[in-house]
Amino acid sequence: MPRLPKLPAPPLPGALKTPPPRPGEGGARTPVEEAANAGITVVDWVDERTSLSGAARWMMFRKVPKGTNWFYTLGSATMFAFLSQAVTGVFLAMYYRPDPSGGAYESIRYVTNDVFLGQFVRGMHKWGSSVMVILVFLHMGRTFFFGAYKYPRELNWVIGVVLLILTMTMSFTGYLLPFDQRAYWATVVGVNINGTGPLLGPYLSDFLRGGSEFGATTLSRFYAIHMLLVPGLLAALIGFHLYLVAKLGTTAPPWMKAQTPEELREAEV
Amino acid sequence: MADKHLKHKSKYTLDRGIPGAFEGETITRRRFMTASAHTTGAIAAGAFALPALGFAIGPIFKSTPHHWEVVGTKDMFTENNYVPVVLTLSPNIGEAGKSTAYVRQFNPEIDTDPYDKGTPYIAISSRCAHLGCPVRWVDAAERFICPCHGGVYDLLGRRVGGPPVRPLDRFYTRVNGENVEVGPRFSVNSELKRFSPRDPGEPLDGIGQYLYPSRPGAQKL
Repeated sequence: MPRLPKLPAPPLPGALKTPPPRPGEGGARTPVEEAANAGITVVDWVDERTSLSGAARWMMFRKVPKGTNWFYTLGSATMFAFLSQAVTGVFLAMYYRPDPSGGAYESIRYVTNDVFLGQFVRGMHKWGSSVMVILVFLHMGRTFFFGAYKYPRELNWVIGVVLLILTMTMSFTGYLLPFDQRAYWATVVGVNINGTGPLLGPYLSDFLRGGSEFGATTLSRFYAIHMLLVPGLLAALIGFHLYLVAKLGTTAPPWMKAQTPEELREAEV
Repeated sequence: MADKHLKHKSKYTLDRGIPGAFEGETITRRRFMTASAHTTGAIAAGAFALPALGFAIGPIFKSTPHHWEVVGTKDMFTENNYVPVVLTLSPNIGEAGKSTAYVRQFNPEIDTDPYDKGTPYIAISSRCAHLGCPVRWVDAAERFICPCHGGVYDLLGRRVGGPPVRPLDRFYTRVNGENVEVGPRFSVNSELKRFSPRDPGEPLDGIGQYLYPSRPGAQKL
């Protein structure tokens, strides 16, 4: 088996390569240089104690196959949609009250009409959820049509399916929170759809409602699932998904032909 | 058996000769340490995980007591038409806990089903048996019609069109002095045979009643 070529040295910025001059050397420096040196010192101090730069290099400076194109950005796009949902969701939670006797609707009305930029942040969260679902499906389609789910990446496909289900859970539980007519009836219908599964369905719908009828704890239950339970799982699984991408590398598009390495090409002719 | 000459399996482990082992030790201290550490960890994790899980799924097994609600006086209801009344299914959460029932007097000419004998008033739930949207009684058509997916029911609440899988649910009724009271809900199959209350979308004909069991906390009236 031919030896694989060594990875080239990572293209670090020049400032990171040379150690800062010792104290007293180099004479008078400008404030800009001083500030740059301070930054380097801090980064070095952290890196000496954590060795994080190796992990960062491992993650950021990977070889990618020839033919990598814009379709390969759909996964990152999905992740940024998730991050946007997480950030806007945290700030919406500062105003939201999961109170089914009118407080929930009132707090959403307050966010939308009275809070500075409230309509904008809520709109980002509301429309961003649709964007995220669309991006998840596009990313899934890219993986499927490029054959990127095959060995050794099957586990990453499985994790991706779990991430899809969790995204759908987020959409379902988030839909109730505005607590207007549409939210209420859509949730009634959605919970009853869960109930139509044979044998376990009735228990599942009771679990979602927190009882046999839509009750006082249904909304807080959905709120807890929406903002505590599922986001943590989503973030952890996205991390593992990304780790496997970095570990296994990406695939070439199916239309790229396999190429013989340079040193073997003559023998082939 | 690897060693067929060996009559009795030694109760001592292979590591019994290791330096520092005490006479008669049947498990190495390393294995004992590992097992006890794992057991302690499992007990600690179970001590918070199991109660939390039970806390989350507990409501499935909770039984709610029967609740009778006065919906009007006797002279409000006729034999031939429905009167909508509002019931409170979940208290203290405002409009979200309310539901509508359609009530009329028992009519021996149309309520010929033996199960309805002795029922003073017929109270039909407005919850569609498809997925739970609110049906309304349309007088001109003499039908219950669901706005969501087009379920249609006749005067007795039996399905005549659309996706519903069983007739509309009903409520027990009773007369208390001059007042008409509506009690717990029950479900019916296409022959109007009574079952403990089911959620919408769960058929009760054929094997449906076994595929969609009633909830554990449901109490018989």
